Amino acid sequence: MAPETKHLEVTLETQVESVNLAEEMCLRVAEAAGFGEDDCYRIGMSVREGVINAFHYGNQEKPEKKIYLAVELSPDKMTIHVLDEGKGFNLADVPDPLAEENLLSTSGRGIFLMRAFMDEFAVVTGSTGGAEIVMSKKLPVPGGNPANGQSNTANNPHQEA
Amino acid sequence: MALHATHRDAGRVTVVDFSGRITLGEGSALLRKTIRDLLEDDRRLFLLNLGDVDYIDSSGIGELVSAFTAVRNRDGEMKLLNLTKKVRDLLQITKLFTVFEVFSDEGAALSSYR
Repeated sequence: MAPETKHLEVTLETQVESVNLAEEMCLRVAEAAGFGEDDCYRIGMSVREGVINAFHYGNQEKPEKKIYLAVELSPDKMTIHVLDEGKGFNLADVPDPLAEENLLSTSGRGIFLMRAFMDEFAVVTGSTGGAEIVMSKKLPVPGGNPANGQSNTANNPHQEA
Repeated sequence: MALHATHRDAGRVTVVDFSGRITLGEGSALLRKTIRDLLEDDRRLFLLNLGDVDYIDSSGIGELVSAFTAVRNRDGEMKLLNLTKKVRDLLQITKLFTVFEVFSDEGAALSSYR
């Protein structure tokens, strides 16, 4: 019998509370799938950022619009889809938040964080015509490092003042 | 966990002790209001103690940057104290460690102001 892919979908309102709801839902799936604490944090943060992006930029905080969240759990990875009802966007048009001139920008770091925290990340045009964020993380290897790898940023210590 | 903020005076410096999560919504709004109110109270030197802040998202990061800019625009200084590992990592990958002065010792932080 072929390995099963589990699928979960939820339609969220365009409101701040949806961000927490989406994060909590995906964290439960991630924990049940065996991800360790560090990876759960990265997945949870990425889901937050994906839904914030849909809430703020995609749906422009219009309450009549919806956010569609889908989670797929295959034998090798967890994939998350966040679809909005906006006009879509091109990744190439997103300013680099690490550029010197953008460091003091008060927004624009969500995409960067999702890319940094997930193994795969893409933005496609979804069925609504809006942006669909598709991001995935490989499942931990059974019997592997229980921490699921320490944050790669831990290898770049900063000297405090 | 909702964000809580209290402030205390340490000489010329206002130390703001935060606890909880600085995220989209109430957390970010409370950070903004706290700093804005203290600026209106003619305070200019700030040390934000984030020792009990275990989570910040991009909205919270944006609010920290906004606070930093608001204070600097009024010829003040805003520095950070006691970052948790998650917050430290976040500021490192977003390169904001190059923007904020960060301390792990309150005494050293307090003696660093102009």
